[in-house]
Amino acid sequence: MMPPLPGIRTMPGIVARPFSLFDIAGRAMSAQLVRLNTTASNLANAGSVAGSEAGAYQPKKPLFATAYDRVASGRATVDVERIVTAHAQPERRHDPTHPLADKNGDVWVAAVDSNQELVEMVETARQYANNVEVLQAAKVLTLDTLRLGK
Amino acid sequence: MDIIDRTFGIHAQALELRSTRLGLIASNIANAATPGYKARDLDIRAALDGASVADAIKFRVPSQTSIDGNTVELSTEQMQFAENAVQYRTTLAFLNGRISTLMTALKGGE
Repeated sequence: MMPPLPGIRTMPGIVARPFSLFDIAGRAMSAQLVRLNTTASNLANAGSVAGSEAGAYQPKKPLFATAYDRVASGRATVDVERIVTAHAQPERRHDPTHPLADKNGDVWVAAVDSNQELVEMVETARQYANNVEVLQAAKVLTLDTLRLGK
Repeated sequence: MDIIDRTFGIHAQALELRSTRLGLIASNIANAATPGYKARDLDIRAALDGASVADAIKFRVPSQTSIDGNTVELSTEQMQFAENAVQYRTTLAFLNGRISTLMTALKGGE
């Protein structure tokens, strides 16, 4: 028996059941969507400039964690445990004419690796699509099972 | 052995095992990007031979290891998922055949 998942309240009178295919693919899709959102935020802030090192944008990354159901059926889905901030060193650029430049004439550019983020975006889209496929197959097979004998 | 067991034979059990396997492969696909996740699959032959489902669930051996410890290979999982979905439908077709045979017998061929 798995311990109850953090953040999920155990309601009295509700029997724990194994994850359905819809739980598995649906929660995986929302996790991938969170990942797509962080990637979009990172890409949107690529090249953004701040007047101090501390003020520069830091790239965000979702932390994926496997979630097992409470009946230990062997089925598992995925949740975003939290979103972490990657502590990447912002790039210092000497640009005295910039309105945000500090007293040394430097500005700080967000440390976003655009290439890496774009690859991440493509991978996220692919995995999201895979879960949609699972959902479609699950729907068709469930409906076929319902029509058994007709 | 009652009439239902005799009619459906192994296919009733097979449908349940196929459904379990569908859930396991869906779990693998869901966890394709989770660090440290180990892909699992159901050995249907072992389960049909009498092993318990818990014993028949085994870890997949990846053809290539990844640095984050994840053993999901999407191409393998997609292939297995498609194969298992077809086998599920095959089992459904067998069951449908048995049911229509039984219905024909009950209705006297009408």
